[in-house]
Amino acid sequence: MSDRLRGVVLTHAGLAESLVRAVFEITGDDEALVAASNVGLGRDRLCDLVAELTIDSPTVVFVDLPGGSCLQAVVAATRERHDVALVSGVNLPMLLDFVFNRDVTAAAAAERASEVGTKAIKVMA
Amino acid sequence: MSLTLVRLDDRLIHGQVVVGWGNALEADRILLIDDKVASLPWERDLYRLGVPSNMQVDFVSLDEAPAALAETVKSNKRVIVVVADVDTLVRVCKSSDVVRRVNIGGLHEGEGRRRRLRYVFLSDAESESLKMLESHGIEVTARDVPSAKAIPLSEFV
Repeated sequence: MSDRLRGVVLTHAGLAESLVRAVFEITGDDEALVAASNVGLGRDRLCDLVAELTIDSPTVVFVDLPGGSCLQAVVAATRERHDVALVSGVNLPMLLDFVFNRDVTAAAAAERASEVGTKAIKVMA
Repeated sequence: MSLTLVRLDDRLIHGQVVVGWGNALEADRILLIDDKVASLPWERDLYRLGVPSNMQVDFVSLDEAPAALAETVKSNKRVIVVVADVDTLVRVCKSSDVVRRVNIGGLHEGEGRRRRLRYVFLSDAESESLKMLESHGIEVTARDVPSAKAIPLSEFV
């Protein structure tokens, strides 16, 4: 059992896998993040998957849609967990920052990810 | 107005329903029929998270469904009705005569179920229940997203 903060990226289709692969290609880190998909999973099995992926250590779960099935499963599966935090609207900048800033609580890391991810969105018109 | 879509989907309100069907049908209300969700405030809040501010969402139990559906067809709203399982769907159809078509959008793997389509897994009992609905004049097709072709029940059970 490890207390080091981990990240789980859970999305539709193959988005999570691609994001985690991109993080590895940029940082070389292949331990901080785990990718998972909701493909083929109903609510109950998605909840089981989330419980399994978050069982060993404090975790931040990153999902894509703010009201999608991934978010619903994370909330339902981790309602009693105080060491699991959730961030929706996952993007690559927040994941890259997360990899290097994991010596904090899950809640603090989630707040930071939200700030970094939001600041990364720029419009140049 | 008739019901815009009556959808059987074990994820209930999620991306395909809100983004895919909601936009294609210009729906402005979702009616979720489910005893468990209707009874749990935190579950209702969870499903509300996925609904945009310009769309109304209501949660009713099976007992409340007939009145809610009757009111729905008289309204000028474009309504998507969602239920999570075959048993609930059958009970809704038995208690109300306003459902004429059913869209199977997603039933995933589960005990006793086998794959019928990429996104539809059914037990034999569930298949028989859906056939029974068709024998009562309710059209049952599978179609996960609006751009897909509707597949008649007879082609996958």
